[in-house]
Amino acid sequence: MSDERTMIENDFTPVTYDPQYILMVNALKKYFPVKGGLVSKTVGYVKAVDGVTFNLKRGTTMGLVGESGCGKTTTGRTILRLSGEKTGGEVIFNGKEVYDLSAKEMRSMRTKMQIIFQDPFSSLSPRLPVGEIIGEAAREHGLVSKGEFDDYIDKVMDNCGLQPFHKDRYPHEFSGGQRQRICIARALALNPEFIVCDEPVSALDVSIQAQIINLLKDLQEEYKLTYLFISHDLSVVEHISDTVGVMYLGNLVEYGETKDIFNNPLHPYTKALFSAIPIPDPDAKMNRIVLEGTIPSPTNPPTGCKFHTRCANCMEKCKQTAPVQKEIEPGHYVVCHLYGDV
Amino acid sequence: MAKNKPEGYLTAKESRRISRENRRITNQYEKARKRKNVPESEYTTTMHNADNAVEFDNLHTYFFTDAGTVKSVDGVTFEVPIGKTVGVVGESGCGKSVTSLSLMQLIQRPHGQIVEGEIRLNLGDGRAYNIAKTPNDKMMNLRGNYVSMIFQEPMTSLNPVFRIGEQVDEVIALHDGEGKTKEDIKARTIELLKMVGIANSEGVYRMYPHELSGGMRQRIMIAIALACNPRIIIADEPTTALDVTIQAQILDLLRNLKNKINSSIMLITHDLGVIAEMADYVVVMYAGRVVEKGTVRDIFSNPSHPYTIGLMASKPVVGKQVDRLYSIPGKVPNPVNMPDYCYYKDRCEMCVERCAGKYPEEISLSPTHKVSCYRFYDGKGEK
Repeated sequence: MSDERTMIENDFTPVTYDPQYILMVNALKKYFPVKGGLVSKTVGYVKAVDGVTFNLKRGTTMGLVGESGCGKTTTGRTILRLSGEKTGGEVIFNGKEVYDLSAKEMRSMRTKMQIIFQDPFSSLSPRLPVGEIIGEAAREHGLVSKGEFDDYIDKVMDNCGLQPFHKDRYPHEFSGGQRQRICIARALALNPEFIVCDEPVSALDVSIQAQIINLLKDLQEEYKLTYLFISHDLSVVEHISDTVGVMYLGNLVEYGETKDIFNNPLHPYTKALFSAIPIPDPDAKMNRIVLEGTIPSPTNPPTGCKFHTRCANCMEKCKQTAPVQKEIEPGHYVVCHLYGDV
Repeated sequence: MAKNKPEGYLTAKESRRISRENRRITNQYEKARKRKNVPESEYTTTMHNADNAVEFDNLHTYFFTDAGTVKSVDGVTFEVPIGKTVGVVGESGCGKSVTSLSLMQLIQRPHGQIVEGEIRLNLGDGRAYNIAKTPNDKMMNLRGNYVSMIFQEPMTSLNPVFRIGEQVDEVIALHDGEGKTKEDIKARTIELLKMVGIANSEGVYRMYPHELSGGMRQRIMIAIALACNPRIIIADEPTTALDVTIQAQILDLLRNLKNKINSSIMLITHDLGVIAEMADYVVVMYAGRVVEKGTVRDIFSNPSHPYTIGLMASKPVVGKQVDRLYSIPGKVPNPVNMPDYCYYKDRCEMCVERCAGKYPEEISLSPTHKVSCYRFYDGKGEK
C-alpha cells in the first residue's frame, strides 16, 4: 500500500462542487505498478487511466466508448473506489470526495453507487438462490425491515421483469438475458442514484439486447437514475446516452453531447472510430478511415499526444507536447492540437 | 405429485429409455461411417448448378441427447455461389454454426449426426462430393484444401504452447505438404503472414499466441484458413470478439483475400451491419430452419419474414434516433419439443389464420428472394 501512497500526484486544480452534477471527475489517474526482478521491485506503471475529466448531470446517461484496453472499465471501477487507491485527481460524488471517506462513510455511500458487470454468466454466485443474490445487500445495509423483506424483493424483481417464483431458483437455470435482469435487480435493490453499466449488453443476442436496453431506460425514468454506460458498441451508446466520452489509451480525447459527437466528431480518433461502424444498408457509401496498427502499450505510451503514432493529421507539435482539453463549442470538449486557436 | 415439475423434467425411467434409444440410432450411423474402403461412387454426386461452390440440400443435423433429440438443423437448403459471400444471420442457438460444422464434418460425434439431406461440395473438375456421406480419410483431404474455417474466438482457437510458425506450418504440411521440404513450408508460412498484413512476419513466426493482440491472432487464424487456397472459407463470427476499428481491418482483409484467391465465403454473424457490408447473399435462420433468403438488397430493402423485420428493428442504428427499441416478444421454442406449426408463430405479431397449420413451405417473392411465411401465400408468389 505504501507504494501506492507515494505515487499519488497532485498536479491538478481542484474543482468547486456544482450541485447540478451528481458526479464530477477531475484529472482522475489510476496507475497499476508492474513488478519485476527477484525482489519484485516496481519497474514501471501501466497507466490505465491517465487524466480523465468530466461532469455528469443528475438523471442523465453518459456513454464511454473506446477500444478494448483503453481504460473504460478501469475508469468506471476507479470512480466507485473498487480498485484500491487512485493515483491522482478527484472523484466528487454528491459533493463529497469519494476517496476521503472513512470506511464507515464509504459503506453507506456504496448503496448510492452501484455497478452492473459485463458478463452475466460469471458475475452471479452459482451457489446462492436468486432472491438471496438480489436481497443480500439490502439486508446487510439494513434498508428494509425483516417483515417487509420478501415483499421488497418481489417488487424489485417485478420492476426488472422477473417473476416472484424465480426467487428460489439458482442462476444456472436462467438464460443470458434473464441473468442480466438479475444483475440489474441486484444493483437496483439498494435504491442507488448512480449506476456504472460496464458493457451490460455485449454478451447478449441482438433481440435480448433490445429488451435490456429498454429496461434500463424505463428504470432510469422511474427512479431518476444516472448511468455511466461503458460499451464498445457505438450504436447502443448513441441510442442510450445523453453525453458521450471517447477514450483512447487512458485519456478522454473527446467529450460532449451525443448529437454533437456523432454529427460533428472533431478528434481524428473519434472520426476513425465512427467511420468503422458497419451500417446495415448495402447501398451506404463507405468512406472508411482505417487505422493502421494497434493501440500502443499503456506501460510505455508515446510522448506528446498519445494518438500521434496512428493519426492521419499528425504534426510535429503532436510528437512533442501533449494537448490539453479545450471547449470548441458549448459543452463539446476535445483534446487535440488541430483545434488550438479558439 | 403436488410438487410441480419444471418444464422438460424427465423421470429416471424415461431418461434411460431415451439413452438406450439414442445409442441404438447413433450406433447405426457410426457403423455405416466406420466401414473401410467405401466405394467412391457412394459419395460422388453432381452439382445442380456448376456455378455453386457448395449446395446445402434439405440438411438435417440432429443431436441425440439424454433429454431428447435436438433438431439443430432441420431442413436447411441454400447454396454458396463461386466467388461470392453468403451471410448467415440468426440468434445464438439457431443452427448457424452447426450448419457450417456439418460442412466441415466437425459435428461432435457420436451424438451429433447428419440424418438426412446432402451437402454437395464442388471439387472444380466437374466432380462433386456429398459431404454427408464422405468417409473420414477423404475428409482429411477436403479440409484445408477445399473447405476451411475461421473460428470465432481467436483467443481460444490457437494452441498456447506452440509457436505461431509451427501452427501454420502444420496445416501446410498436413494438407499440402507432398514433396515440400521444411524450408519450403516455412517460406510459404512467412508469405502467408505477410499476406494477412503482419509486418514483422519473421518475428511473429517465432512468437507464442499470448504475445499477440486479438486482431493479430485473428489474422493468424485467417492465415491458417487460407494456407492451402481453399475454395470455400467458413468465417464463424470472425469479428465478434474484436473492436470496431480492428473489425474494419479484418473485414477489409477478408474481402481483399477472397478476391485474390477467388474463393467463396460463408460468413456467419449476428451483426447485420457486417452482413450488409460484406455479403452478396443473405440467409436468415431461425430455430434450425431458413426463414428467408435472398440477395443482400432483397433482404435489406424488402425484409419479409416477421423475424427478419424484428431482428432489424431491434438493433439501434447510428444516425437513426428512435425512442424505444423494438424487442421481439417471447423466446425461442424449446429445441427438444418443437411445435408442428410455424416455429415463429408464438412470437409473431403478424399472424394470419393459416399460421396454425403446418410449417409453411418456402415461397418465392422474386427469382432470388424466398421466404417461409404464410403472409405471402395469397397474392404474391405462385402458391
